[in-house]
Amino acid sequence: MAALSIRALSKRYANLEVLKDIALDIESGEFTVLVGPSGCGKSTLLNIVAGLDRPSAGTIEIGGRVVNDVAPKDRDIAMVFQSYALYPSMTVRQNITFGMECRHVPKAEQDAAVGHVAKLLQIEPLLGRKPSQLSGGQRQRVAMGRALVRNPLLFLFDEPLSNLDAKLRVEMRMEIKRLHQRIGATIVYVTHDQIEAMTMATRIAVMHQGSVQQFADPDTVYRYPANLFVARFMGSPPMNTMPARLEAENDGPVVVIGAGRPDELRLRLRGYDAAAPFVGRKVVFGIRPECIAEGSRTFSSEAPVLVEAPVELVEPTGAETMVLLRLGGEPAMARVSPDIRPAPGTSAAFALDTRRICLFDPETERLIA
Amino acid sequence: MSNAATMRPGRPALPEWVRRLPEYLTIWVPLLLSAAHLVSFSLWTIWISFTPSTLVPVAGWVGLRNYTAVTASRNWQIAFDNLLLFGSAFVLLSAATGLILAILLDQRIRGENVLRSIFLYPLAVSFVVTGTVWSWLLNPGLGIQKLVHDLGWTSFKFDWLIDRDMAIWTIVIAAIWQSCGFAMALFLAGLRSVDPDIIKAAQIDGAGPVRTYRRIILPSLWPITVTVVVIQLQFAISTFDLVRALTNGGPGIATQLPALVVYDLMFQRSLLGRGAAAAVLMLLILLAVLLPYAAWRYIQRRRGAHA
Repeated sequence: MAALSIRALSKRYANLEVLKDIALDIESGEFTVLVGPSGCGKSTLLNIVAGLDRPSAGTIEIGGRVVNDVAPKDRDIAMVFQSYALYPSMTVRQNITFGMECRHVPKAEQDAAVGHVAKLLQIEPLLGRKPSQLSGGQRQRVAMGRALVRNPLLFLFDEPLSNLDAKLRVEMRMEIKRLHQRIGATIVYVTHDQIEAMTMATRIAVMHQGSVQQFADPDTVYRYPANLFVARFMGSPPMNTMPARLEAENDGPVVVIGAGRPDELRLRLRGYDAAAPFVGRKVVFGIRPECIAEGSRTFSSEAPVLVEAPVELVEPTGAETMVLLRLGGEPAMARVSPDIRPAPGTSAAFALDTRRICLFDPETERLIA
Repeated sequence: MSNAATMRPGRPALPEWVRRLPEYLTIWVPLLLSAAHLVSFSLWTIWISFTPSTLVPVAGWVGLRNYTAVTASRNWQIAFDNLLLFGSAFVLLSAATGLILAILLDQRIRGENVLRSIFLYPLAVSFVVTGTVWSWLLNPGLGIQKLVHDLGWTSFKFDWLIDRDMAIWTIVIAAIWQSCGFAMALFLAGLRSVDPDIIKAAQIDGAGPVRTYRRIILPSLWPITVTVVVIQLQFAISTFDLVRALTNGGPGIATQLPALVVYDLMFQRSLLGRGAAAAVLMLLILLAVLLPYAAWRYIQRRRGAHA
């Protein structure tokens, strides 16, 4: 059953179109992450789903029911806000029960529900406190408790981790994921952080300038980004992209970077049949940093493609070393083993994983193959 | 140009006290002047209140005789009762009016800036002007009552200004007119500082507007309410010019207030010692309001520093 389906949804403020023809179908039990840079419309979309904002056109169905004209409280949703939005004058317990109080749930039932949620989130000792007496992580838990206690069809999370420090953010990220695995709730989660999207989502909707660029599972988004925007937005550091030409040789297409230069790079492509119409034309060549490694690396059983490339900059991070090098004159980041430190200004051998190259149409910016 | 970098080695630094002279002048001179006025004249008044001074200050010691004389006088008793009535009615009604105006203004209405200026404007008018204008408006022969009579409703009666029992309420009305805009401005700032996400959360929780205000928004305004009440109370206690212009304590002494009693004793009856005693009593009433407030602020700040 589709827990949430959005059809032909658009939103405009005066002359500004913030959402354009959005269509999403989210299955029950899915953890969908809406990710995109600030101003891409993801929070507006979430507010429209919650009923806090009205769409200019299109329909929203929650649990098979069109909810366009249904008040937020009757949509069977719960929302967690970036600022937590806890009621400052109420205790944690009152914060959690306020919704039930508004719905006239009997007191005994309220107490049972609070007890259950408090145990689940381990906030029992905090129930008597006011939000101002809680740390950021504790407030986050209370905000989640307030959502969980409702047991809704759909959970909406609006950048819930952005106000936490880096360490706590990673902890809470895992905790939310664990919670999802445990209770199997349907979650729509908005974030600008592509790592959160990759680590938590069962499906990611990448948004840019008011439209969904790609809606797929994290592996597909990462491996086959639908267009250059997705390729550059997902992944840190992002995918290396550079202008190139596609040429035909006897045994298949070859991508040429820096054609005509002395250091021109020619890479044979295997299994890129979809690229055939682009032979003899310009393309955008894309390769993930982890597909460029030190020369001794083997990516698969077959022999890797080795290239000599000048090294410009080395950034050791401890877990790996990032190397800025040039491929056919174009800058590219490589992710090599931590103990490998090629000297800047020299040339070194690098192994390329040519099976995971992406080619984009330079005009439409769409993925070719 | 990096002036700082090129000048530093060439020129010797000015002595610390010369460099900070403007700071000292702007902070300490006004502070000392006002402290000298406030503290020395307060102390002087306290001293006078224990002397038998009449037309001119004289030395001597009469103990609490001035105080007992003042508190036993009918003038002071009426003034004190009036202050209790006026103070509480004015503070509560002014805060309530200000809050209602603020809530109405907060509904994203058109022309908010214009309305806000209109409501705040009375604050820019001197109390004497407020008192005079309201004395015309409330004068049965000149103002509202005459207007309604002229419109044809001749049995209409609105003569609080000359009614011994109701005259104090005319002061309440004028004072509210003057200062509810101030309360409104503070409350509006408080309403605007409520996190909009909290209101969204309440909407999703299913709270209607009344419940949202009662349970969530208004409780978060109570620090502002305390500030409003204290500022208005201290205005109420020291009210002088408004009453002087509006009723001058009349009819008879029906709208007498402590500040008027002090003025009356000191400058009309030439009883400096008694006037000073009445002034010191006013100071004590003020302290009874301000000291708990200062303590409350201190506790709040301590708690804020810990959170």
